Amino acid sequence: MALEIQIAKRLPDFALDVSFTASDTPLGILGPSGAGKTMLLRCIAGLERPDRGRVVLDHRVLLDTEQGIHVPARERRLGMLFQHYALFPHRTVAENVAFGLRHLPREEQTQRVSALLRRAHVTGLERRYPRQLSGGEQQRVALARALATEPEALLLDEPLSALDTHLRSQMEAQLQETFASYRRPTLLVTHNIEEAYRLGGKLLVLSRGRVAALGAKEEIFRRPPSMEVARLTVCKNFSRVRSISENLVEALDWGCTLGVGHTLSRPAAYIGIRAHHIDFVESSGTGGTASADENVFPCWLARSSETPFRITLYLRVGDSQQAAADRRSEAGNPAEPLGEIRAELQAEVFKEKWRTFRDRPMPWHVRLSPESLFLLPE
Amino acid sequence: MALIAPTDWSPLQISIETSVTATLITLVAGLAAAAWRERRSGPAMAILDGIFLLPLVLPPTVVGFFLLLLFGRNGPLGKLLLALGTTVVFSWPATVIAAAVVAFPLMYLTARAALEQVDSRYLEAARTLGASEWRVFSAIALPLAWPGVLAGTILSFARALGEFGATLMLAGNIPGRTATIPIAIYFAVEANDVQSAVAWCLVDVVISLALLSGLYYWTRTQGPGRSRWVRS
Repeated sequence: MALEIQIAKRLPDFALDVSFTASDTPLGILGPSGAGKTMLLRCIAGLERPDRGRVVLDHRVLLDTEQGIHVPARERRLGMLFQHYALFPHRTVAENVAFGLRHLPREEQTQRVSALLRRAHVTGLERRYPRQLSGGEQQRVALARALATEPEALLLDEPLSALDTHLRSQMEAQLQETFASYRRPTLLVTHNIEEAYRLGGKLLVLSRGRVAALGAKEEIFRRPPSMEVARLTVCKNFSRVRSISENLVEALDWGCTLGVGHTLSRPAAYIGIRAHHIDFVESSGTGGTASADENVFPCWLARSSETPFRITLYLRVGDSQQAAADRRSEAGNPAEPLGEIRAELQAEVFKEKWRTFRDRPMPWHVRLSPESLFLLPE
Repeated sequence: MALIAPTDWSPLQISIETSVTATLITLVAGLAAAAWRERRSGPAMAILDGIFLLPLVLPPTVVGFFLLLLFGRNGPLGKLLLALGTTVVFSWPATVIAAAVVAFPLMYLTARAALEQVDSRYLEAARTLGASEWRVFSAIALPLAWPGVLAGTILSFARALGEFGATLMLAGNIPGRTATIPIAIYFAVEANDVQSAVAWCLVDVVISLALLSGLYYWTRTQGPGRSRWVRS
């Protein structure tokens, strides 16, 4: 089973122009609001006409602008889950789910509906109207309705964004269960990174209408292919770099020399590290003889911001341990370094970890491990 | 009341029959035009909108005169009907045509507003579930727009019931055939038959009041935003 997609459409602010193939693994389509995600799904579903494009589902051509093929939405046999469910308000739950089953005899319809509702974990609501359901129930019914017609691919548009946090994790479990048994091309559009990561097997990052990254989600998060993707996958720390040797770069904004664990085929222009990958280490002894490939640097806390379980630390990093030590002795105030402070780093740690070093005297020492650092092309 | 009761009740019957028939025609035509128009846009459509709404703004006598030109012996439709061996001018169908044309804009306007109010996601969801365009309209759009469509129907009926100018031009005053209540009133006054005029006026007031109260009650209980399925 494969869904081949090629879509080009002029939008008010930019042009949507993507080309990719979705297999049986659920594909998370991640992008900021207004990146063209919903338009892409609507073009695939046949609710919108692209300027140019081709959509093929298992050798069945749904769209080919060159050959003038535009299979109407009703004949595409794709299941679509809308952002706000779009349950028909004047029809009961059972009538909603049965809407696409009209070709079946009544008894079979009833059986199918109750089986679908059971699988979606909503039973006993058959005779209710959508407005009498909670958001989570509406979502489950909408999913049951989309699956009722046994679609050959599933398109989900921000399926969880209208739910509160508690319901969201329940629905996530429901979707995972559905995906596990569905085993057909599934596209899941979301602007929520964690959602995309948890639900998608593969990930497509969409930015201003273009595919900025496509591949295994782990790989995209570990080694973002571009600055754009690194930013969209919430990387907070970047610096311009200059290559020194194969595994050594000078981070110009951070003012330090870093050992890196990998190289790029193209010249590296930037280096990045994720906030939760920054390690806090014991000071590597006095005198500051830490070698560059250890990637250990002194830092001072500038400010912090807390969430219930984690804390984000905004750190000022000195250019080298020796210089920092000099400055400290000159200033006589270890918490307020003077002189040229190159940059701020954002580190994110669990509070348990934070408690173990928060009372240590400054400077603290951070280690930017070569495995966590990633280089980015221009 | 017995003193001023009309001696001939035929205008009431003609009025009701005419209004009911005209309203049914208007309902179908207005809905079809609204549904057809809703999917299109462009400058040509604006002109079409103008044509659809013209009977609302033109004086009814002007509408009646145009209809007379259209259906008269030398008019394009009149010739066609004549070829088929019939004519509508100064006959009961003429009262229906006049009333339907004049009531059409009200139906068209309300139906279009009601259809436009329907969230397009419901229609799209229906399409992805395999529904034909007819089913999308009849099973989703129309039921959701129904309160508005019904209000339009009542307004059209009221307008058809009160139609005078165009009816007089096209259908004339033939007692027992084309004389509706408003026409009966006009000719009663002209003939100095004040008693009949007052009686018919009272009948008209009663019917209109009942209609408008019904409409008002409906929109308060079942109208858009208060219907049984839409979250208020």
